[in-house]
Amino acid sequence: MILVLLIVILMAGGILALIGGKWSHSFPRGVALASCTVAFLMMLSLWLGRYKGFNIDADSNWLIEYHKEWIPSFGISFHLAVDGLSLLLLVLTCFIGILAVLCSWEEIRERTGFYYFNLLWILAGVAGVFMAMDLFLFYFFWEVMLIPMYFLIGIWGSENRVYASYKFFIFTQASGLLMFLAILGLYFVHGNNTGFYTFNYFELINTEMPPQTAIWLMMGFMIAFAVKLPVIPFHTWLPDAHGEAPTAGSLILAGLLLKTGAYGMLRFVIPIFPGAAAEIALPAMALGVAGILYGAVMAYSQTDLKRLVAFTSVSHMGFVIVGIFAFNELALQGVVMQLVTHAISTGALFIMAGMIKERLHTRDLGQMGGLWTQMPRMGALGIVFAMASLGLPGLGSFIAEFLILLGTFNAQVWITVIAASGLVLSAVYSLRIVQKIFLGPPRGQLAADLSGREMMIMAALTISIVWLGLFPQPIINTARPAIVQLVQMLEPGNSLQSHQSYVK
Amino acid sequence: MSNSDLHAFTPLLLLAGASVLVMLLIVARLSHRVIQSVSLVLFLVSFASLAYIRNVLPYHIDPLFVIDSFGVFMMGLIIFSGLVVNVLSYIYFEEKEEGPREYYVLLFLCTLGACVLAVSEHFISLFLGLEILTVGLYALIAYLRKRNHSIEAGIKYLILAAFSSAFLLFGMALIYLQTGTMAFADMAKAITSGNVPPLFLTGLGMMLVGVGFKLAVVPFHMWTADVYQGAPVPVTAFIATASKGGVVAVLLRFFIMIDGFRMEGLELMLICIAIASMVTGNLLALRQNNIKRLLAYSSIAHLGYLLVAFIAGSAMVPHAVSFYLMAYFITTLAAFGVIVVLSHREADAEDLSVYKALFWKHPVLACILSAALLSLAGIPLTAGFTGKFYILATGIQGGFWLLAFVLVGSSVVGLYYYLRVITMMFSGAHDHLPEPKEKHPVFLAISMVVLSMLTLMVIWLGVYPEGMLSIVNQFHLK
Repeated sequence: MILVLLIVILMAGGILALIGGKWSHSFPRGVALASCTVAFLMMLSLWLGRYKGFNIDADSNWLIEYHKEWIPSFGISFHLAVDGLSLLLLVLTCFIGILAVLCSWEEIRERTGFYYFNLLWILAGVAGVFMAMDLFLFYFFWEVMLIPMYFLIGIWGSENRVYASYKFFIFTQASGLLMFLAILGLYFVHGNNTGFYTFNYFELINTEMPPQTAIWLMMGFMIAFAVKLPVIPFHTWLPDAHGEAPTAGSLILAGLLLKTGAYGMLRFVIPIFPGAAAEIALPAMALGVAGILYGAVMAYSQTDLKRLVAFTSVSHMGFVIVGIFAFNELALQGVVMQLVTHAISTGALFIMAGMIKERLHTRDLGQMGGLWTQMPRMGALGIVFAMASLGLPGLGSFIAEFLILLGTFNAQVWITVIAASGLVLSAVYSLRIVQKIFLGPPRGQLAADLSGREMMIMAALTISIVWLGLFPQPIINTARPAIVQLVQMLEPGNSLQSHQSYVK
Repeated sequence: MSNSDLHAFTPLLLLAGASVLVMLLIVARLSHRVIQSVSLVLFLVSFASLAYIRNVLPYHIDPLFVIDSFGVFMMGLIIFSGLVVNVLSYIYFEEKEEGPREYYVLLFLCTLGACVLAVSEHFISLFLGLEILTVGLYALIAYLRKRNHSIEAGIKYLILAAFSSAFLLFGMALIYLQTGTMAFADMAKAITSGNVPPLFLTGLGMMLVGVGFKLAVVPFHMWTADVYQGAPVPVTAFIATASKGGVVAVLLRFFIMIDGFRMEGLELMLICIAIASMVTGNLLALRQNNIKRLLAYSSIAHLGYLLVAFIAGSAMVPHAVSFYLMAYFITTLAAFGVIVVLSHREADAEDLSVYKALFWKHPVLACILSAALLSLAGIPLTAGFTGKFYILATGIQGGFWLLAFVLVGSSVVGLYYYLRVITMMFSGAHDHLPEPKEKHPVFLAISMVVLSMLTLMVIWLGVYPEGMLSIVNQFHLK
């Protein structure tokens, strides 16, 4: 029930904000903050309450389930369930949600009601995606997060927003429809096999199909997730969308929407099509490595701060796809870590880009410089997150990328070697951010340092990234049952892997 | 005709009677307001009479009609759209130069024609229904006879509809020549044994040409945009919904009764038409700056989608088609309703620039139109999505992957122009709009209530379609 409540709170908050926005300018943001906070506390208490329960020997790694018939004529049900992986991402969703509201606090002055409506509905959609255990419902939420995002970019974005919002929408919608076709295909394959037509994940997971069919159906899913993640060559929407979106939009895009792609691969592609996934592992990893290098090189050559950060996402998400297709526990744990830490570090960089833009009214790196003298607080925090982005030990991203590389080394040595060189490139672009913005001669702009609200946002992010860097064990423990099960699915013969003991 | 025949025939008799009654009221020189209100009541009565005949289904009035649950459902949709069009007509026609009273007579006749189509199982009743519908439409399209576009549209429709009726008749004659009967059921018996005779196929092909014109599928779509643009907005709404619904209903009944799906040549032809309609409709809509033309091309694409379900030829077909039509009707009516409310005396609100910043001026209207357009685009939470899902499911179950891919691909293209309108509504500064109509507050309020209800239905069918699905899934046409 708590799962339904989460979605209801977010959606109802959105509607309340929309209605209240007619009369009061500041009411919607209050409602939005309140509903995100309540949702966050709910998920946090769920996590802490169940923390002892994350045990790979348990009968089932599903913590809570909610099941209700929705459209029985088609075997569609309203089926939500949460395991450790989903729970982590849900906590992250609510956390990023709070930050998104806070960083829009002053930035958004027009049409606030509709703005916060969209914001909360995106969060509801994302939360739904992380919980849905019915493929129809999953697609439903997949779309729910799309349209508000389109509005968010299209209405509150910067100059080139219309183009960016179209591009975002059409890329994701087209790929989403392909996934929908694949879902329908799966539905009928399963139905024809068993005579029992259902969209239930737990039934469809056991579908037996000829390898050829499996490849085709899997490609439908893969393309949708690859566009979202994004994997080269499906990434072209991302710099535009991230660059033009308002700060909160970029934060949610980088922090949450990209994660839905990775989540989809972990939750659907590998369990439903283990054989087919193994077949495309090498090409997928190659694309991942290409993404790491390409993203890093492109990031280095950007002059627009937000586009730069956007390309670093392409690079970091390359690690995710490499890790997923390494198919072992170490790498997958790294993937989960990467999802969380990337949301925080890249989110922080986007928030900072937004703060700088609010002050200097530009995103052009060429017009920045020497900001440290005027904004020492931001300068210091900027360095922290630039270091997080390049993977400095002690900060969360290091753990994530290290685990991924370690795991991948077991699977594909050469892929790992090339991927590791991405770390060097990430140092280059991260240091360039610091140098261009904070160091060098001051350009004469007058900019106030961070305000109390902004310090609060950055403090929350800084604490999280340091915590993840120094003590990542809670994340690893929480995700472990789900990941162990995933690995077992991939190799049914010998269910316990030798390298399981690495992660303790 | 026996008493029970009359009983089963009540809705059609009521519609026919209503047109006569309205004609008498016009003779009595009553005001537009009275006539509009009376016709509204008459529409409501006809709609309610569908519930009244519920117990006698299915009922055959041999040899012309069969009144079964599918037929009643389709009649319900048609009368419902007539009703909505009727509500919307007051504020539209009250301001126009033409005397609006006779309009209601024609509206009843057209509704009657479409309803006859929905329940006919014989060529005679098919043709009679079709002609009642089209002849009424000639006059309705050109109703504002002083306006160039109206006249142009009326003439175009007249010529092409007459032309297509000729094809239809010739096709029927060929089929009659081959089978010696005009009743669908007997035809099915005559061709069950062995191969389908070529003469029969030729006749069927010619009928398809005729029907294709009425449905405005590619390559018989040339008239659509001009007629949609030229006709008064409520009439456009009627053409887009009721007139197509009736034709689809009879086509479906005919195909299922003669089992037309097993004829390979025919199937290939339908597949080509479906693909061409989906692709052409969506591509041509991309560059339209007139929302009526845009919706015209979108309707071409939607009929293409509908054919995807149609071609599958399984037991799911009537269910998917009924549901999709229902979703499409409600959505289209809501979209045209917004155009009606925004139109003013001199010109319809057809240029896209009228919709700029609509959201900040008329949030309710903008939300209704957005919901309608998102539903047409097939976005979840709306009726259009459930409908499209049903169609895709039907198509894929039949193994028509190519059609499914074309449907998906073309609806992505379609998204672009629906989004264009929505973006238009949410963007820009204010000041562009005609002032809202305060002249007819009562009727404006009624229209707004009806539009809001349509929007709620769009969302309801998108969020919780089970109730409607369980009704639709009981239809059997054999």
